[in-house]
This record gives sequence, C-alpha cells and structure tokens, in this order.
Amino acid sequence: MPKPTKGARLGGSPAHERLILANLATSLFEHGRITTTEAKARRVRPFAEKLITKAKKGDLHNRRLVAEVIRDKSVVHSLFTEIAPAFAERPGGYTRITKIGPRRGDNAPMAVIELVAEPLSTATVGATETKGEGAEKLDLTKADAEAAEGAEEQATEAKAADAEAKGDEDAEAKGDEDAEAKGDEDAKDAKDEDAK
Amino acid sequence: MAVPKRKKSRSNTRHRRSQWKATAPNLVACPTCREPKISHLACENCGTYNRRQVIPQG
Repeated sequence: MPKPTKGARLGGSPAHERLILANLATSLFEHGRITTTEAKARRVRPFAEKLITKAKKGDLHNRRLVAEVIRDKSVVHSLFTEIAPAFAERPGGYTRITKIGPRRGDNAPMAVIELVAEPLSTATVGATETKGEGAEKLDLTKADAEAAEGAEEQATEAKAADAEAKGDEDAEAKGDEDAEAKGDEDAKDAKDEDAK
Repeated sequence: MAVPKRKKSRSNTRHRRSQWKATAPNLVACPTCREPKISHLACENCGTYNRRQVIPQG
C-alpha cells in the first residue's frame, strides 16, 4: 500500500492540491519569499526543494520535468539560471520556514517560507569539515556583538555550549543549540543591566 | 428521538465548565528588542527570528 504524503491535505480534490502546490512553488521562485499558512508551507517545502534539485541538474529532461509543474516559462528560466546556480554548493535545505503567529480572521498559524539567501555559512562548513575553527569564529562574532564588558566570560560560556553541541552530528541541531545558548546569554545580559 | 431524562443541575453544569481553562503562552525575551515574545515564533515587535529579519518593518 502506498504511504500517504506527510502533512495536511490541501484544497478539495487531488487536482486542486496539485494546483495549490504548483502555484505556491511558482510564487516562491518568483518572489524568493512568500507568506502563507504553516500547513501549506510545510507541504510546499519538499515539493519546491525537489524542483530546485532538478534545476541544479540543469539538462533539458529536467527542465521539461520542472516545466510540467511550473507553467510560467520566465519563472522556469530564472529558476535554472539564477536560483539553481546560487544553490550549487548547498547540499539540500534550500528553503527556510519561520513561524510568524496566527492570522487575524481565522487564527490560522502563518509562516514565511523563503529561499535561503545566505551563502553556506562558516558555522555549517565548520561543523562538517573543520569543527574547531568554526566554533572559534562563532565565538568571535558573539564577542563582537556583545558589549566589551564581560565579553571574555561569555566567550568561555559559549565555548562550553559549543563543547556540548559538538556531540551532535547534525549541523542544524548545533546551530539551534548555539542560538539558544546565545538567547540565554542575552537574557542574562538584560538582567545584569536591570540590576545596574 | 432521544431526549434528556433529567434537568442538568447548575452545580453539574458549573462543575463541568470550571474545567475550561486557558493556558498562558510561553513567553521568552526577544534577543534583539528584549520584548517578550512567544517562543519559536518571530517577534511581533521587531519582526526578527534568530536575529534575522523575517517580517519587513516600516
């Protein structure tokens, strides 16, 4: 028995669902970022990333496969000539979903799905290839961002957090933990400032 | 057609409704603007998530 696709069913029929996903992907490639409901964003993410993977291969066959879904020729052209080369180095994970809270009217949870514009960061590369260097760079950026006071203490804290995170193989998980550690430090900063 | 046999007492009604409770949202301080925001969501005040601008401002 075929396994159903993960996520919510969209529209009223399979044809409607295909049209919704195709239109969402077309808008995403045309504008770079779209605001939609979280359910639709979760459905369109694997769909759009598979199209980008086809575009990265770049041959005529894949172009025809993409053109079956995206009917707008100019969008197909920009996908193959601009978006796909920008993701040449990136091994998947071309889009990012950020939740932005419920919408007025029907309280539907909304999200922004966007093409990842940043170049493959030192954090990700450092985690996969040169772990130590990447962690040091992160510490430096953190130290720069913080106030001069107590920067050394925070750097040591951040190193401790990194040491904890090093156990994780997944680079994204590492980034999340770093971000959380950073947030904690910021909260501490706020408390310190209040105390002063 | 099936109908209720007995009037539901005020006590039972109120006892049942006393279990309708709202939960407080889990708020954290936004790393950029320090405003309280709901965790795992972009900040409503400054429109950033993870120090990245998600909602365009102005």
